[in-house]
Amino acid sequence: MIGLLVAAPLLGAALLLLGGRRLDRVGHWLGLAASAASLVFALVLFTDLLGKDGEERSLHQHLFSWVPVADFRADVAFQLDQLSMTFVLLITSVGTLIHLYSVGYMEHDERRRRFFGYLNLFLAAMLLLVLADNYLLLYVGWEGVGLASYLLIGFWQHKPSAATAAKKAFVVNRVGDVGLSLAILLMFTTFGSFSFTHVFAGVDGASEATLTGIGLMLLLAACGKSAQVPLQSWLGDAMEGPTPVSALIHAATMVTAGVYLVTRSGVVFDAAPDAQTVVITVGAVTLLFGAIVGCAKDDIKKALAGSTMSQIGYMMLAAGLGPLGYVFAIMHLVTHGFFKAGLFLGAGSVMHGMNDEVDMRRYGGLRKHMPITFATFGLAYLAIIGFPYLSGFFSKDEIIYAGFAKGGNEGWLLGGVMLLGAALTAYYMTRIMLMTFFGEKRWQPDEAGHEPHPHESPLVMTVPMLILAVGSVAAGFVFDSGERFVKWLEPVTGLAHGDSPVSHGEVSIAATVVMLLGVGGAYLQYGRREVPAVAPAGRLLTRAARRDLLQDDFNHVAFVQTGNYLTRGLVYLDHKLVDGMVNGTAAAFGGLSGRLRRVQNGFARSYAVSMFGGTALLVAATLLMRAV
Amino acid sequence: MNPGDLQAPDIEWVALSPSLVVFAAAVVGVLIEAFAPRSARYAAEVVVSSVGLAGAFAAVVALAANGHGTSKSQIAGMGSLAVDGPALFLQGVTVLVGLVSVFLFAERRLEPVAHGARVDSFAAQPAAVPGGKAEQEAVRAGHTTTEIFPLLLFAVGGMLLFPAANDLLVLFIALEILSLPLYLLCALARRRRLLSQESAVKYFLLGAFASAFLLFGVALLYGYAGTTSYAGIADVISGEPSHMEPGLASTMGNDALLLIGGAMVLMGLLFKVGAVPFHMWTPDVYQGAPTPVTGFMASATKVAAFGAMLRLMYVVLPGLQWDWEPVMWGVAIASMVAGAVIAITQTDVKRLLAYSSIAHAGFILSGVVAVSEDGVSSVLFYLGAYSFVTLGAFAVVTLVRDAGGEATHLSKWAGLGRRSPLLAAVFALFLLAFAGIPLTSGFASKFAVFSAVAQSGGMGLVIVGVLASAVAAFFYIRVIVLMFFSEPRPDGPSVVIPSPLTMSVVGVAAAATVVLGVAPQYFLDLADQAGVFVR
Repeated sequence: MIGLLVAAPLLGAALLLLGGRRLDRVGHWLGLAASAASLVFALVLFTDLLGKDGEERSLHQHLFSWVPVADFRADVAFQLDQLSMTFVLLITSVGTLIHLYSVGYMEHDERRRRFFGYLNLFLAAMLLLVLADNYLLLYVGWEGVGLASYLLIGFWQHKPSAATAAKKAFVVNRVGDVGLSLAILLMFTTFGSFSFTHVFAGVDGASEATLTGIGLMLLLAACGKSAQVPLQSWLGDAMEGPTPVSALIHAATMVTAGVYLVTRSGVVFDAAPDAQTVVITVGAVTLLFGAIVGCAKDDIKKALAGSTMSQIGYMMLAAGLGPLGYVFAIMHLVTHGFFKAGLFLGAGSVMHGMNDEVDMRRYGGLRKHMPITFATFGLAYLAIIGFPYLSGFFSKDEIIYAGFAKGGNEGWLLGGVMLLGAALTAYYMTRIMLMTFFGEKRWQPDEAGHEPHPHESPLVMTVPMLILAVGSVAAGFVFDSGERFVKWLEPVTGLAHGDSPVSHGEVSIAATVVMLLGVGGAYLQYGRREVPAVAPAGRLLTRAARRDLLQDDFNHVAFVQTGNYLTRGLVYLDHKLVDGMVNGTAAAFGGLSGRLRRVQNGFARSYAVSMFGGTALLVAATLLMRAV
Repeated sequence: MNPGDLQAPDIEWVALSPSLVVFAAAVVGVLIEAFAPRSARYAAEVVVSSVGLAGAFAAVVALAANGHGTSKSQIAGMGSLAVDGPALFLQGVTVLVGLVSVFLFAERRLEPVAHGARVDSFAAQPAAVPGGKAEQEAVRAGHTTTEIFPLLLFAVGGMLLFPAANDLLVLFIALEILSLPLYLLCALARRRRLLSQESAVKYFLLGAFASAFLLFGVALLYGYAGTTSYAGIADVISGEPSHMEPGLASTMGNDALLLIGGAMVLMGLLFKVGAVPFHMWTPDVYQGAPTPVTGFMASATKVAAFGAMLRLMYVVLPGLQWDWEPVMWGVAIASMVAGAVIAITQTDVKRLLAYSSIAHAGFILSGVVAVSEDGVSSVLFYLGAYSFVTLGAFAVVTLVRDAGGEATHLSKWAGLGRRSPLLAAVFALFLLAFAGIPLTSGFASKFAVFSAVAQSGGMGLVIVGVLASAVAAFFYIRVIVLMFFSEPRPDGPSVVIPSPLTMSVVGVAAAATVVLGVAPQYFLDLADQAGVFVR
């Protein structure tokens, strides 16, 4: 049954990608059906799990032995526990909604069948990742996610920018993948196994240094997939993909993989405090980094991308807090899945009506033309900024509280950073909201000269948005009431309460206050005043933020140029030293050969002399050997 | 002496049957030349030679199956010939090489038809002046030199005796039996006659020179031991002479005679295998001789001469190991290095193969120097594998032709892989085998020899050998690159489609190269079982 979860979308992908043109007309429905089937299996399994007690909610399925060599065992086996189940539900539900939405969004694309094939592949890989019961199989899913994201980001490959963005995402992810493979190799040498059970059971016997090494390598992997500093640079460019892809990457798959990896490996991190500190630092830095970038972007999708980076930063930070934060990291991940998918699908809907325009300075006043999009986007907006009693409010406040609960100066610092992040979130989200849906219309004709005629999107697109809006509003309340989510996940991740200097209520009030400050600031800047159609020069920080805080410039100088110099140096050495030695040897032998062949002059008499001399030498040497 | 004192020699007919069959076939061949009408000679000679050699091979197999190579090995022919494992193994290889060479000799589809008759690679009337009137008449009359087949058979017969010889005089006679027909065969090329005749004369002169040394060495050894029998000499060396020859009382047991004589006999054999510094004839003769003869000579002579050398080293001179080992080291190293290095600058494919054969003589010599059973069996295996690769390579050379006959200049081989991919691929296979690349017989044989040498403490020799192999690989692979990665020349040669005769030669050689490379174990075991000399 667990295998079917992965098999359904995998089969869909195989059919769609190998089926050829015959499936062009029904391909999208087939893809949707595969995803929906997976969702149904997930729901069945979920009810099955709910029927059991907390400790027994872990199912295993052993499919076959993959690589049995002597003592080495790598199995294809699945593990479904509460953590996996949470992810499976999120992936299949949001994924299915995005499939449905794509039916409308990609209606006019010639390669729609292929697109759905890739979407299915993405789901299959992500499900494999979260269901694997060992790190090696997880790695297969991990790479599958990387492949599918490459294919989807570069889906419009005729655009050079899309092709480059896909390549960038792939390359940056490979850096992380190296981390994961190193971590797996380290685990194998330390524990002699890849399976979660064996690795976690062996943690007690391993040295802290090894565990820290494993933890840092896992974190590197997580940074790559979850776009955390310093491997964040691919995320913004990945907006070149079709908008449903952005929604899928940001909400249900891909970026959540890093959080899953850290949470799943919690046992390792708990035993390696240094690695945990690094995780927290990465989360905190990314949280602010993403938020600042999000404040400066005029491209609606890139602004949302900055927001994703920032929100994943929250989750990463929470995961770094250990049992204090695991549950809330996952809870925020799920609520974020709903409202971020809603936001992206909303953005896609806006673009759909505006001739694929993405510059928010050319939007304005769209609320009257796209009422449903406005409403759903608005609800998701309220959720993400943490408007009281919407889903973001619960999950984010819990994380901020967990930060304070870390205790001491560290706790104050983390809490402060997260509150600052919350203010920034409110600011940039309000900015998006105001620039897009309020104010005067600043529409401009596209390059072909078509005037935009904004209109509401068709039902296949608005229905998923409506469903996601419901999730954005209600998920937090449902999870929080009676601490349902905490109780559900606690058996897997553990839970600690820590010693917070401030109470839950105080955190909520503080978060609400900073949220209002952020909203107010944005209103003063973009609601009261006219939004200029051309971006003002801006101050230093603004300009830097527009350039993604110089991430690409940094990478260019630090890696591309250095790499170039290194390559050139190596090429030079190769030419001069290695080739020089090789060619020199060859030339030496060639010269020797040319000289020696002159002895072969064709005269029988000289040959006879050589033979005579040779014999004399032979005799002399033999006699000499006897003499000595 | 009364006639009654003459004892009829006691001949073990069965044990000597391989060489007897070959010699009988050779005599029948001569009779055919004398009595059969000209038109029937070609077919009759081919049939007689093939049947004779096939019969000899059957005899070898039967003897080996009867245990003559192992438990029942013996000295036959009144102490003149040994019938033991190494002898039978090498005789089997020689007979097979001879049989395949018969096919190569009999090929008549390569040369353009002359006056309505198909002709082979040999001169129509060797005695005539090249291009002269008599020659033209002979061509018009459709004369062909069918004498090549009895000559080949006599040479094979000599080669069968050579590794089996258990007496220095028999060794000398066998040497002459195998050499004289070869000198003649070298002179018989249809094309480039002068080059061919020059090579024959050189080979003859230098061969005679070497024979003289060998014979002198035999004389000195007789002076030392009072006998020419291997066992007798070995007894004297180990200090247990069976009898004293009264006339030689002053010289017997004089070590100087032994050392000088031994070195001279050895020199005669080193000349035959083409080891440095007795190699100078090799390139000229290999180039000048008709290519089928070169192929036969390059493979079969090596087999026979190394066989004789092994027996000499292992049966006669084991007591002198410490004296000759360093010298042989030197010869082996010089052969490997000089062969490989000089080959780099060669531009003629036949000369290239000649230098390659010098380098290989060095590799095989290293195996001879490793005085152990592994050494013997590795050399046996090497000889078997190497002879087929060589034969195949020269067979390919006969097929690449332009208006002037065989196009042996390497520049003409450029781009051959694009015109005749199959042929070029087969040639590349042989070159890779020469270079000792895994999955070819060359790798298995080199590995066997080098590991035997290393086990007997000759690490230095192995290192030189591997380095020389690396140098050699350069020019083998250069030919492959030339064939497959260069533009073909517009005036380049074409590949002639041969009759099934040459095709079968190339096919057998390629099959042997692959089989001995991929699954060498059976043949290594065979060589292992055959590695013991009878004393």
